[in-house]
Amino acid sequence: MTDLLRRLMRTPQGAISLILLAVLAAACLFGPWLAPHDPEKMDFLGRFRPLGAQNWFGADQFGRDVLSRLLVGARSTLPMALAATLLGTVAGAVVGTASAYLGGRWDEAIMRTIDAVMAVPGLLLALLLVSTLGNGAGNAMLAIAVTFAPGMARVTRAVALTVRGQDYVKSATVRGESASWIVFREMLPNVMAPVVIEATIRVSFAVMLFATLSFLGLGAQPPASEWGLMVAEARQYVHQAPWMIIAPSLAIATTAIAFNLLGDGLRDAMNPRDER
Amino acid sequence: MSASWLLRRLALILYTVFIVSVLVFGITQALPADAAVTLLGENATTEALNAIRERLGLGDPIWWQYLRWVGHAATGDFGLSMRTGQPVGPEMLTALGRSLLLAVAAILVMLVIAVPLGMVAAVRQGKLADMATGLISYLGVSFPEFVTATLLAMLLADTLQWLPATGYVSPLEDFGGAVRHLALPVLTASLILVAHVARMVRSETLDVLHSDYIRAARLKGLPERTVLVRHALRNALLPVVTIVALDVGYLLGGIIVIEEIFAIPGIGRQLMVAVTARDLPSIQAGALIMSATYAVANTLADVAYAVLDKRIRYD
Repeated sequence: MTDLLRRLMRTPQGAISLILLAVLAAACLFGPWLAPHDPEKMDFLGRFRPLGAQNWFGADQFGRDVLSRLLVGARSTLPMALAATLLGTVAGAVVGTASAYLGGRWDEAIMRTIDAVMAVPGLLLALLLVSTLGNGAGNAMLAIAVTFAPGMARVTRAVALTVRGQDYVKSATVRGESASWIVFREMLPNVMAPVVIEATIRVSFAVMLFATLSFLGLGAQPPASEWGLMVAEARQYVHQAPWMIIAPSLAIATTAIAFNLLGDGLRDAMNPRDER
Repeated sequence: MSASWLLRRLALILYTVFIVSVLVFGITQALPADAAVTLLGENATTEALNAIRERLGLGDPIWWQYLRWVGHAATGDFGLSMRTGQPVGPEMLTALGRSLLLAVAAILVMLVIAVPLGMVAAVRQGKLADMATGLISYLGVSFPEFVTATLLAMLLADTLQWLPATGYVSPLEDFGGAVRHLALPVLTASLILVAHVARMVRSETLDVLHSDYIRAARLKGLPERTVLVRHALRNALLPVVTIVALDVGYLLGGIIVIEEIFAIPGIGRQLMVAVTARDLPSIQAGALIMSATYAVANTLADVAYAVLDKRIRYD
């Protein structure tokens, strides 16, 4: 683990991503204490106050400090995206490994069904699910998890197929281990590395998808300072206060970049021979 | 490409549409909305509600409702919109036409930008142009559509006033106006695709450039331009066909957001309106048509791939 971290630090992507992630983690953990102002405090004299000493990233239509709202808002965005990815990855990994283990017709049927589910564009599926479950951050998170599961299942299956032929799986079968033992204890741990890389890159999609759902009014609800929601609310003040749009936009993009870089960095760190 | 391969692809499309229809129907059935109440309003009398439930067959078993819906949908009849009272099918197809116009334009713009970008990056691997392309790719995939759309509209429509911020003009009525109105949405949609495809073109071109036949072409003394355009480009572009088809899925999802922001009455916006109004027939039709479009695009890509690459034999 420490070896991996060291190798990760040596790639430029890895180093940059770890720095960005440290900042994001700090915002999530200590946001309310780092924030220079109370994010909910209104100040009608300071409406649309531009960037300056008093409000580093400017103020919004109620005179609330944009930077403070961003810092506190990290909590409504990042943990949700992480939870959605984790849930979707675990579900997908179990289905994918099971499909590879079962093989034959079952594998064929499961994979064709997954292909079919993936024919529904991700945002559309998430949209349908949220409209069924009801608007809200938790439901948006669940919807994203369900949307991610088929893709993760496909990736896991591809890896698990190569694992299936290995001697330790064969010997477990010969030992007479149960199917669930073989899937969970023998195969799953050995498919984790590529799956983790894929999942890391997915976090950036999850961040963007969650922000998009909130932007559309289906995810986090006001008065939360979720970043997508902040962009949606800021759109009508584009003439008075463009920074209200730019600040949360950059926050979303930075987070997505951080996880994209981390995924690429992990890939390089785990396959040192692959030059490209 | 044999007939049986084509037949199997067609069967796969049908299976896909079947699964999607079950999915869409299942999800919309679970919607916490009573169709009768949605239609008549909260204050309707019980008799009126029961009458309309009877007419819509809401009391029938669920599988029978599904079969009836699929049977009608297969003939293009998706029922009446609960919001407007108009037939949903024609409404959605008109909207799909507008969305396809946007999607095709976005793909064309993307190809014009992404292919040269990726090729140059590969040829000048490790140089400034390569790093610039890498940076553009990173930024492209890290900005969600609603952010790109909002920022572009802010810059090009609000600040510089070069383009209209919202609205749709039919290209048949006013071509110039249509181009101006489509410029921002197309630009937004193509940016993410450019990021994706430029990266792919780069890595495919690198693969090809290291192959034996390129070395042979160079050893023959062909000028570098001919080697790149006649030999490398063709082979590097093949896998891009598949990537573009997969990106249609992104594009269709992105279109929901893009149309919403730029007020284009395409299928994505219709769907958002339907979701907001809990208009079941419209949601079902929109979701099914969008997914079917994606499935068809994927199959077309496979066929195109097989036709373009003579080495591949599907049987």
